[in-house]
Amino acid sequence: MMFVPGNNPGMMADAHIYGPDSIMLDLEDSVTMAEKDAARLLVYNALKTIDYGDTEMVVRINPLNTPYGHKDVEAVVKAGVDVIRMPKTETADEVRELEAEIIKVEEELGCVGRTKIMAAIESALGIVNAYEIATASKRMMGIALGAEDYTANLKTPRTPEGSELLLARETIVVAARAAGIACFDTVYSNLDDMETFRKEVELIKNLGFDGKSIINPRQIQVVNEVFAPKQKDIDKALRIIAAIKEARAKGSGVIAVNGKMVDRPVVLRAERVISLAVASGILNEEELS
Amino acid sequence: MELKNAVAGTLESGDIMIQIGPGEGLQVELQSSVAAQFGRQIKSVITETLEGLGVSDAYVKATDKGALDCTIRARVTAAAVRATGKDVWK
Amino acid sequence: MRNTKVVTLEEAIRRSGLKDGMTISFHHHFRGGDKVVNMVVAKLAEMGFKDLKLAASSLSDVHAPLIEHIKNGVITGISTSGLRGELANEISHGLMAEPVVFRSHGGRGSAIANGELHIDVAFLGASSCDELGNASGCPRSENAKSICGSLGYALPDAKYADHVVVLTDDLVEYPNVPKSISACDVESVVVVDSVGDSSKISSGAIRDSKNPRDILLAQQAAKVIINSGYFEDGFSIQTGTGGASLAAVKYIRESMIEKGIKASFALGGITAHMVKLHEEGLIGKLIDVQSFDKVAAESIASDQLHQEVSAVEYASADNPGSAVHALDIVILSALEVDVDFNVNVLVGSDGIIRGAVGGHPDTAEDSALSIIVCPLLRGRIPCVVPKVTTLITPGAGVDVVVTEYGIAVNPRRPEIAERLKAAGLKVVDIHDLAAKATSVIGVPDPLPFGDKVVGVVMDRHGKVLDRIYNIK
Repeated sequence: MMFVPGNNPGMMADAHIYGPDSIMLDLEDSVTMAEKDAARLLVYNALKTIDYGDTEMVVRINPLNTPYGHKDVEAVVKAGVDVIRMPKTETADEVRELEAEIIKVEEELGCVGRTKIMAAIESALGIVNAYEIATASKRMMGIALGAEDYTANLKTPRTPEGSELLLARETIVVAARAAGIACFDTVYSNLDDMETFRKEVELIKNLGFDGKSIINPRQIQVVNEVFAPKQKDIDKALRIIAAIKEARAKGSGVIAVNGKMVDRPVVLRAERVISLAVASGILNEEELS
Repeated sequence: MELKNAVAGTLESGDIMIQIGPGEGLQVELQSSVAAQFGRQIKSVITETLEGLGVSDAYVKATDKGALDCTIRARVTAAAVRATGKDVWK
Repeated sequence: MRNTKVVTLEEAIRRSGLKDGMTISFHHHFRGGDKVVNMVVAKLAEMGFKDLKLAASSLSDVHAPLIEHIKNGVITGISTSGLRGELANEISHGLMAEPVVFRSHGGRGSAIANGELHIDVAFLGASSCDELGNASGCPRSENAKSICGSLGYALPDAKYADHVVVLTDDLVEYPNVPKSISACDVESVVVVDSVGDSSKISSGAIRDSKNPRDILLAQQAAKVIINSGYFEDGFSIQTGTGGASLAAVKYIRESMIEKGIKASFALGGITAHMVKLHEEGLIGKLIDVQSFDKVAAESIASDQLHQEVSAVEYASADNPGSAVHALDIVILSALEVDVDFNVNVLVGSDGIIRGAVGGHPDTAEDSALSIIVCPLLRGRIPCVVPKVTTLITPGAGVDVVVTEYGIAVNPRRPEIAERLKAAGLKVVDIHDLAAKATSVIGVPDPLPFGDKVVGVVMDRHGKVLDRIYNIK
């Protein structure tokens, strides 16, 4: 998920050429108060006009308790955004409040249910409430960690190893998995230190995150490399998928690979490896069919 | 509609700066490195956007840095909203 | 008696026998820092010359003072590879009665060698020269001020001009060896304060582009090369100086190391990037017609395997010995590419001349694989278009076009398209790229060209390829 400042038309027009899985146009922290109105109009017109292809489009709105939040929701829902990212989420009620706002606009447009919600958790209270937030609405598609505000709230600095974030990260992964939604890690903002960035991406992948937030296209390659499944895992997954097809064709309920029974978690993992391989451009969909 | 002087947009690449103020009819002065090929289109996006907002009298100075139509619409709308004090959102 | 060649500029001009209507020539290795053209033409104007034809290997922003000399009738004809800045702007608007003749570097070399472009007096700036006229682009004393490395584009002039004047800001003791220009070809040596502004001749060090789009294009270009079928031990390569082109070298290097592949030579304008690969043992030899930066200029001065070549040896079409005939891969840039793979590198999308033909058509035609790297859109300016504004490199010589929206392969090279697809690269129809550009920016209005011809583009075989009209 690539962050793009909502008041920078040049970057907004270009963002999708780098192939991020999703683009988050930001109306919150990267936009000054004097430019909130102009950025909202830019994001609205960009979403309405620019062909972002298959890229999932997310907009980070301002909190609903600011003078900007409600207008942000109206604008981006009207523009047909895929996902609204709510910043600084602390309680499930806040999610439900956003949902109500979204429904108001969607009813006007006649498209109720179109807009999904992602909640960014950026405080200790938010972490404590993570599971309630994750399950607050059927529209919830994911939760994300915002580490800058979170560490400030904890009264601790951010370190390269990220030990101060470990509990938050694990909590978010567990809450997301329990709720059956996705989870995304925070940004890493030192563009000149790709080594530490790579280590952080490896860490969060192993923790179970579905993706990493990035602030510059140069970071995409590292994320893709780390998240890309290894060839031997892909080969194994392909064998499992083939065995499933074969079993189905035979009408058999029992699936076996190399003489071993394959149970459900193994099938799920194989499917995840394949979808990651496709997402990483290692496999293309034609080869699968 | 009463119009104050207002500005929206920047001079960064891919953007357009719209300066708007009182005028008679819609007058657009455009400065653009792509004026020869896109000047006509840029001006018509500016006037159509203003007409859509009910602004029929204004002087507009547009300094274009290669903005796309969607950016021009956004910047013209922002300038008009700032100049009229009438927002497009509820 | 030995120092009779060393004279003032005025004396050198007088000795040369230059007359009104004759052709004078210059090289462009001092690039944006060149002082020779303006200095010499100002002196010629002061001496009352009129109707001179100026044959430069290239001209740039720094040559704006020529506008006055054109208006005053001192210069009435220009032939060059490139034209930029205010001079180009004025010429595009119809400053000259006679159209500017544009040739590629190889085309100019051929034209000089076969007499089509006859030079009466060549004024050639040199970084060092001895009193007999042995001249070099390399420093030969501690006083060296203006270093340019290879003098490749000056060599045809030195060899074929009727009369040769070398201008230098560092007169060194005889013999100035190794030499680029031989004393036997030189009639006069003029010592001046400075032949070039060294801060504008070249940049000091390798600068890697951080522009994410350049990096994306570079990575794609590198993938094209690696999967093209030409990336094997002993291959040869030439790259341009654009950010994406230079960055591509970095990714190719990684792959060369990983696969244990070495290049036999790199050709053309040589940059610090190429020198680095050469010094690492990844490129055997550097064949240098123009040293683009300080690192390249220092390398050519000290490294036996880093060799200077003339424009003829580099890129002449009609000389089977020229290096482009042995070139495997070239990476080039473009202002515009059209759906027939024709390329324009000279005239901007506003109809104003703002570039240089350079070695583009020479290398594209003769290399085994030519790759054009250009963004589909520069702001609102489209780079893949239905038809180029001006034809510089015919599509028959262009194999692959790399953009941020996909890679187009010339239908004449289906085997390359197959290889790239098999490697998982996004291969698209070039018509789809042009359509994509239109969908984003709209259809541009036609440019307001007049009916006066301001430029004539010659192909590398000496035939007229296209004409440039005045812009209103």
